[in-house]
Amino acid sequence: MMISNFKRRVLITGLVFGILSPAAHLSADTLKVGLAAEPTSVDPHYHNLTINNSMATQVFDALVLQDVNQKLIPGLAVSWTPVGETTWEFKLRPGVTFHNGAAFTAEDVVATMDRAADVPNSPSSFGTFIKGKTFEIVDDLTLRVSTEKPNPFVPNDLSRVAIIDSAFAEATTEDFNTGKAAFGTGPFKFVSWLPGDALTLAQNDGYWGQAVDWESVVIKPIKDGTTRTAALISGDVDFIERVAPSDLPNLEKRDGVSVYKSVSNRLLYMTLHMTDDPVKPYVTDRNDNPIPSPFQDIRVRQAVSMAINREAISDRVMDGLSAPAGQFSPEGYIGYSPNLSADEYNPERAKALMAEAGFKDGFKLTVHGPAGRYSNDARILEAIAQMLSRVGIDTTVETMPASVFFKRFSRGGPNKTPEFTVAMSGYANGSGEPSHPLRIFIHTKQKDRGYGPGNRNGYSNAEVDKLIEDGRAMMDIAKGEAAFIKATEMSMREYALVPIHHELATWASSDAVTYEHGALDSTFIHNIRAK
Amino acid sequence: MFAFILRRSIQSVVVLFVMSLLVFCMINLVGDPVDMLVNPESLPDEIERVRRDFGLDQPVYIQYWQFLKGALSGDLGKSYVFGRPALALMAERFPATLELAFCALIIAVIIGLPLGIYAGLRPDGFATRIIMGMSVLGISIPTFWLGLMMIILFSVILGWLPVSGRGEIGVFLGVESSIFTMDGLKHLIMPATNLALFKIAMVMRLARAGTSEVMAQDFIRFARAKGLPRKRIIKSHLLPNILIPIVTVIGIEFGTLIAFATVTESIFSWPGLGKLVIDAIINLDRPVVVAYLLFVVALFLALNLIVDIIYAALDPRVRLQGDDT
Repeated sequence: MMISNFKRRVLITGLVFGILSPAAHLSADTLKVGLAAEPTSVDPHYHNLTINNSMATQVFDALVLQDVNQKLIPGLAVSWTPVGETTWEFKLRPGVTFHNGAAFTAEDVVATMDRAADVPNSPSSFGTFIKGKTFEIVDDLTLRVSTEKPNPFVPNDLSRVAIIDSAFAEATTEDFNTGKAAFGTGPFKFVSWLPGDALTLAQNDGYWGQAVDWESVVIKPIKDGTTRTAALISGDVDFIERVAPSDLPNLEKRDGVSVYKSVSNRLLYMTLHMTDDPVKPYVTDRNDNPIPSPFQDIRVRQAVSMAINREAISDRVMDGLSAPAGQFSPEGYIGYSPNLSADEYNPERAKALMAEAGFKDGFKLTVHGPAGRYSNDARILEAIAQMLSRVGIDTTVETMPASVFFKRFSRGGPNKTPEFTVAMSGYANGSGEPSHPLRIFIHTKQKDRGYGPGNRNGYSNAEVDKLIEDGRAMMDIAKGEAAFIKATEMSMREYALVPIHHELATWASSDAVTYEHGALDSTFIHNIRAK
Repeated sequence: MFAFILRRSIQSVVVLFVMSLLVFCMINLVGDPVDMLVNPESLPDEIERVRRDFGLDQPVYIQYWQFLKGALSGDLGKSYVFGRPALALMAERFPATLELAFCALIIAVIIGLPLGIYAGLRPDGFATRIIMGMSVLGISIPTFWLGLMMIILFSVILGWLPVSGRGEIGVFLGVESSIFTMDGLKHLIMPATNLALFKIAMVMRLARAGTSEVMAQDFIRFARAKGLPRKRIIKSHLLPNILIPIVTVIGIEFGTLIAFATVTESIFSWPGLGKLVIDAIINLDRPVVVAYLLFVVALFLALNLIVDIIYAALDPRVRLQGDDT
């Protein structure tokens, strides 16, 4: 029912959008944007959520900013340098004022950190980036940040926290939502927010950086992809994100519309359970008797990777909107290794590897994944199951809503251990620091040290662990990155995870504007420029 | 009458209590909200912090007891996602949904009733066949597909109406609604018609069935024999008789319009309750889901009561249970 409706919808919208002539529009001063989601609050410290964070960057600045590829660039701090093993010194930008006229000084930074670490009722707090750091004011425009152990990622962490005026250090989340406290230093001023309806911003003509091209911006949440396309074509909005894949070919052909695509850092991967403790019910021999995980053998893991036809998934399931992946980062992004590429599709070699590992007759497997969380997730998993079945792994697919999946994925098994043998999930690096995926997914699980919270398959390699830990203790970021790339190469060659693809992020706009985009799939309004 | 209302109110409270227990326990079986809330990049103790702050570390019966205590003082809990009281969130979104449902209902009655009566009076007419054919379409076409078609026709091709969202809001007699501005009406008409379509077809079919049944009755024949004008027969003898089932159905349907406008609201990005609750379900924002479901139950209980009262007013033969006068 769902699928046939969807097909019909694709057909008809395709027909109509294809025939129509473009509507030229764009009122000179107001930019209208249609986004797929809306923030849960205007308070930049309330909820560490992608959409909240990207909206926060419009009204607020952090000490350090990230460009579209998450490279760190100066924000409210003009420079940052390590002084000693455990301390960073930040030189702050002089002459910056908040939207309410107050001058920006080091005191605002300290007040911000106090507030942001502990906002009441926060569903996901910013304390992660702040706890364990001591802030010391040297003078109005100099700030020192110390940590207990060497931490090269202090600038990355501080790039996540929006700076507010110290006058609002006690403000409630509600004060921000209503605009009473929503004064930042960012390129836009906050005007109003009607949840579900529109977020309105106005140009900050006193912005310290490059001023935006719009006197005002109206951001509308339009959840349905086809409705977003219609809104763009009819001229209701000038810019949309996440173009529905089925609308993309027509939009690309259309006069008066520009389409933007880039390989994002959102990775879809499979995780294969690599220990026999415990024996799970999801792998069985041909007679349905549970067996210890065959994925303990690297050859079977490699066979899985080689059995997956990533190009076919991109062509037939993703409408071309994915790039086959062999590691966490896409090319051009931090932590990328030029020595790793996606495995070639080679079912013959996969079968040979299975036979070498003693699984000539194959085995039965149930794979799990979320439905509706990532682009085409359930269909991708079904395609993979067919591909695995072709090399002798008789695979059944079980998908479920994300809310159910993640609980079982992380602690649905006995003693709150991860439940699944093979599962598909996604990851995107939000912090822009290269050790992040390694610390979360690759390092041996050591809960008390914060290592391996996402390591759900028992992968463990002491050498890789050491590289990660050493890199994270080097104040010289370039040296650290070399260690991380080495760790990435080693772990990927051992199939610590099986990467499938990076999703392509898409945007579309009327021809009157342009958009600067990179590996981040969120939308940054200040990067939308008039032509 | 008073005894009737009192008895129904007591029943309603019991129903609400049982529903709250059911809903609360069921939703606690599904997933874990913490996985949906906490950013995976957070430190491990953040998960514990959120679990503690939101009381999710308590056993279900204690959580329910806390909820019940709050509910008795009018507090149905705070949304995990928005950090604001669930009732306040719903109250914020309710006017948008109410005006949408109200307009849809008006459209359904204004179009459906005359067409249905016409079809009932002239069962073999050519126009009747067209009308009934359309009603079959109206009942069977999926709402979201039709919504998209309307968007393509009226917004993209003709450029008459805006694609999505709620328009400018006007104030009339202290009531805020987008009905009172031209821009608001332009935004409203498409989603309201989309929502009304199924109901138009339904009212039409009810009206037709009622008309053909009533027109065959003796009192109509007698009225005709007496030489009453046709208009008068329709107005005074036909209409009151066919209205009874229609009022019942419309009353309940108004509830479904408010409670289940979700699809239309999603397609047209209408900032109403439907969008709120869909997001709440996806994100496991339990307090909002529970508050919403209880609201829907209360709504249907109230509508049923009102329908019964109107029923009695329309048909003097109906006596309400417990009505001793």
